[in-house]
Amino acid sequence: MANIISDETIEYVGILAKLELSAEERENAKKDIGEMLDYIDKLNELDTSGVEPMSHAFPVNNVFREDVPSEDDGREKTLANAPERGGDSFVVPKTI
Amino acid sequence: MKQFETVIGLEVHVELATKTKIFCSCSTEFGGEPNSHTCPVCTGMPGSLPVLNKQVVEYAIAVGLATNCTITQNCKFDRKNYFYPDNPQNYQISQLYLPICRDGSVEIETEDGGRKNIGIHEIHMEEDAGKLVHDEWGENSLVDFNRSGVPLIEIVSEPDMRSADEVVAYLEKLRLIIQYLGASDCKLQEGSMRADVNLSVREAGASEFGTRTEMKNLNSFKAIRRAIEGERERQIDLIESGQKIIQETRRWDDAKEYSYAMRSKEDAQDYRYFPEPDLVPIIISDEWLDEIRSRQPELRTEKLERYKREFNIPEYDAGIITSNKKLADIFEETTAICNNPKKVSNWLMVETMRLLKEHEMEPEQITFSPENLAKLIQLTEDRAVNSSVAKEVFEKIFEEDIDPEKYVEEHGLKAVSDDGALRSTIEKVIADNPQSVEDYKGGKKKAIGFLVGQTMKAMQGKADPAMVNKILAELLQ
Repeated sequence: MANIISDETIEYVGILAKLELSAEERENAKKDIGEMLDYIDKLNELDTSGVEPMSHAFPVNNVFREDVPSEDDGREKTLANAPERGGDSFVVPKTI
Repeated sequence: MKQFETVIGLEVHVELATKTKIFCSCSTEFGGEPNSHTCPVCTGMPGSLPVLNKQVVEYAIAVGLATNCTITQNCKFDRKNYFYPDNPQNYQISQLYLPICRDGSVEIETEDGGRKNIGIHEIHMEEDAGKLVHDEWGENSLVDFNRSGVPLIEIVSEPDMRSADEVVAYLEKLRLIIQYLGASDCKLQEGSMRADVNLSVREAGASEFGTRTEMKNLNSFKAIRRAIEGERERQIDLIESGQKIIQETRRWDDAKEYSYAMRSKEDAQDYRYFPEPDLVPIIISDEWLDEIRSRQPELRTEKLERYKREFNIPEYDAGIITSNKKLADIFEETTAICNNPKKVSNWLMVETMRLLKEHEMEPEQITFSPENLAKLIQLTEDRAVNSSVAKEVFEKIFEEDIDPEKYVEEHGLKAVSDDGALRSTIEKVIADNPQSVEDYKGGKKKAIGFLVGQTMKAMQGKADPAMVNKILAELLQ
């Protein structure tokens, strides 16, 4: 494996992803991410100079919606997913 | 004593005036019951698919064209990843690599009356986040996702501004352009226009920029001015005492007139942008651009010139009327009905301004109709009401949009003009005030004022003073 993921990197990636990993999970993740980066290095061997970067696999563009509002009140369906509901709002730990 | 120069760039967020959100058909209406305008798309439910609102693209292009930008004809969205409770997807759909508009500028007037171009680095489209409501005493926050997915454009300026005055001039210019385009109402207080200020200081003459900070939570022009002065002082104090300025985001507390660091270096922002896989690219053809260009309304500068040219309105008056889209609309609609631009301008410049100030209202809150103002102007032209009655009637129009013809009729305010009643009243006034008559005839022309006053009093204010003057002069010959 050419790409070695350091403990600091896996710690940082964990913070970004809001994941708490056990010692064993960390080691596995380091190995998996290293292999993924090796694969990307492999792809990078291909000369792509002069190739227009694409953001989408299909040649489709300009898919639009007209600006017409729906009359639906989505409240109940949306709040059905709330871990905790307060009135018509989601309740979350105090965040300022 | 060292001289310092302030260097300022702005990031301005503007909520677009679409009826629906950027990626779903939920209403953007302000003030609905919490979470009533939500669906699986704008609450980030797994498996939901965003579909772009075409009007968002058109508004963004319109603003770009009006600010001299180059439109990115091959354009796409990117995903910005971060966790925050007001952001249910854990990412914001925004634009990083190919923003829809780039390299623009707007011209502002500086304090010394000169002109200056402020560069626009880019304008990109993105979605707004939900709203967190904090309970001061409780342990929780409440989340309302009605605003989640409301379309925004973010206008990023170059660091071209050097003072609070220039910042305010730039914001006012942007606001006018966007209001004229109808792309947003741009209300700072309500948050449909939000400005983040990036500010650094450097010694006068230095070629490198200093370390900058970003200030948020500025919701009025006054707060922006105070925040700029406050941050400039804070940074100069740090430099002069040999300390370093930390690049950070600070929150302005307008009540305390001080800014506080919001984020420290430890949780540095790493948004891991990547192309948004749920949305296809946007290709803006030349035809589409031409179509939007042909629909661009007349903007402020052109309107001001036209008012001077077409209606012969003085520069100062035209400047005030066109400084607000609502005022300009009322002016044009009323003028179209009564064909008397001078009078319409006068009503707007004097009485409307006075009443706005008295009621502490913004021009946007005006509710009277051009039809009723036009009718009032016609009544004054016909001399059916005199000017003091007209002012009184106008207050009623301003407050309740009453029909002035009916109102004048119902309240018996019609001026009594050249008829027997007026003439005989004046004859009586002349007979009752021989001293004034003598003074007048003896050369004290001012004495006629007293006689006019007496006549008006006798007529209970319902006479036309010009007519009274005329008859008096005639009878005193």
